[in-house]
Amino acid sequence: MSRLKGAPSPPSAARPVGTAGFVLPALVLIGVFLVFPALWTIYLGLTDYRLTGLEAADPRVVGLDNYTAALGDERFRGSLWLTVQFVLGSAVIGQAVLGFAIAWVLRDRRGPVKRVTEGLVLLAWILPSSVVAFLWIALLDRDEGTLNALLHTPGAAWLLDHPMPSIIVFNVWRGTAFSMMLYGAALSNVPPSLLETARLAGASTLQQLRDVVLPHIKGHVLTNLLLISLWTFNDFSTFQITAGGPDGRSEILPVYIYNVALSGGRLGFGAAISFLVLLVNLVFAVAYLRLLRSRRTDATPKAAP
Amino acid sequence: MIALRGLTKEFPGGVRALDGLDLEIADGEFFALLGPSGCGKTTLLRTIAGLETPTSGNIWIGGTEVTSVPPGKRDVAMVFQDYALFPHMDVTANIAYPLRIRKVPRSRREARAAETASRLSLSELLSRRPGQLSGGQQQRVALARAVACHPRAFLFDEPLSNLDARLRLEARTFLKRLQRELAVTTVFVTHDQGEALALADRIAVMSAGRFTQVGTPTEVFQRPANTFTAAFIGSTPMNLLPGTAGDGALRVAGAVLPLPGGVPDGPIVYGVRPEYMDLSPTPRADAFAGKVAVVENLGTAHLVTLESREHLIQAVVPEGAEPSAGTAAWAVPRPGRGLVYRDDRLVSPSPANGENR
Repeated sequence: MSRLKGAPSPPSAARPVGTAGFVLPALVLIGVFLVFPALWTIYLGLTDYRLTGLEAADPRVVGLDNYTAALGDERFRGSLWLTVQFVLGSAVIGQAVLGFAIAWVLRDRRGPVKRVTEGLVLLAWILPSSVVAFLWIALLDRDEGTLNALLHTPGAAWLLDHPMPSIIVFNVWRGTAFSMMLYGAALSNVPPSLLETARLAGASTLQQLRDVVLPHIKGHVLTNLLLISLWTFNDFSTFQITAGGPDGRSEILPVYIYNVALSGGRLGFGAAISFLVLLVNLVFAVAYLRLLRSRRTDATPKAAP
Repeated sequence: MIALRGLTKEFPGGVRALDGLDLEIADGEFFALLGPSGCGKTTLLRTIAGLETPTSGNIWIGGTEVTSVPPGKRDVAMVFQDYALFPHMDVTANIAYPLRIRKVPRSRREARAAETASRLSLSELLSRRPGQLSGGQQQRVALARAVACHPRAFLFDEPLSNLDARLRLEARTFLKRLQRELAVTTVFVTHDQGEALALADRIAVMSAGRFTQVGTPTEVFQRPANTFTAAFIGSTPMNLLPGTAGDGALRVAGAVLPLPGGVPDGPIVYGVRPEYMDLSPTPRADAFAGKVAVVENLGTAHLVTLESREHLIQAVVPEGAEPSAGTAAWAVPRPGRGLVYRDDRLVSPSPANGENR
């Protein structure tokens, strides 16, 4: 009542109300679309909920049965192992190493070579994944595939015979741009005089990388590895190429969950595995946040005596 | 010994940073490359180091041709303007780094680092990181790293310019003493003419990729071979005034000055340093007449700027003798201190031998 009478309301009283008013819509959105589904997933993971049948109408709480079943399931463990291969092969080795290599080779270049390379790599990144998937199916197709035409290997069924290498190469191709740009920015921050001092001392390229470049961009490398591991771990775009097949040989975890929960209809079981994936993501996220925090404390300047 | 023959460096886009340079630097010599920014002095140093490849010409270091030898095999050590210390290594590791690359065993290289550090009074700081050192300490660590690997030549790229003014004087004296003790051939790039005069055995003044003059500090200061060098050397800019020689006299900006020997009749440029001018309160025929426009305090002396028709003439007068602004004054060049240029070449006094190589 006093606020109605008093001419302008004092800012100290008005601010909490106003702030909450601005933040509330965002909080509601986050609650509805992030927190609630996450909690719902945890709940579903404890039930035998199915898409169809008796359990769809009347799901029962089965406790940790889904989790014990998953951990005992050959297909789940196989999928987990494929995911590890996928993350190590396409993110850590593929995108990070290739992205760094491109950034290193292009670091002193100016002009068309640099622009064309960067443009091509970026193009792979910004194309919609459905378009990219179609391009790759066209590339790797057994009968009319571009790769077979280039290699003169008619009838080689890349996606059937080598599904994992195919999706690993696909994901490397698709995601290298981010690493390349991040390392490109990091390398441009390495003072040229440090590299030149190493060169004058007679250091080889490998020694320059070890003694000058890597210590300088260590923080960037960690950030990069964490982010691309996280993204690759959750990547679903390979579903559009192999759908996990043939015979589950490229069924990484996101594809496995989709196949189990939506195609197979076992929503409760799928939710349980989703929660396991969420836990792995949390480990990555916590590691990333800790890293950011430690870098921030490192960055505070030390007083020179 | 460092020798250059016809050294040319052309950057993409056609900029000639080095234009056919010939030079010999003797063993143990402290040699300064001096010039305004963009004159090519740093490019020349980097080309000697091997960090830039010359477009044509040859380089010898210690009697071996090194034109196409990679920088790591030239046995030279460079100190950069930003010192280029490795931030993640402590002082010992920084000093010992070139030795580590040469696979000197750890105990030997650490002993060498400690010994070099003590010579440069860094012993207390061996386990510090560069970020924990002051600018002067960082500069000495960079020097120590260059000294520790016993190179055939030191290449310094403005190593003093990041220090504050007082520290720079100390570091300058220290650098000169160190170079004398080690007697290692040293090439030093600077844009500060005072630094070059103070440190170097010989100076090459550069402009637009060429040497305008190569000589000892005394030669370069007393007998600059051309008006560019004349204007560049000296802490106060030299007065350079157009005039004519004829009828047994020089006529320059209203003054009639005695004609030195060896000056043919015709248009000339007359140069005299402000330090070699005296002010007279009364009119004289051999003086530049003008009105005092500005008086600048230099501490032990004053720099007086006279407005004389279309020219500005500067003179340095001792403390207590400065005129007040707005009064008339006459600036008299001291006998024998004037320089006469014709077609931008020194004609009087006769140029020293060995100039303009």
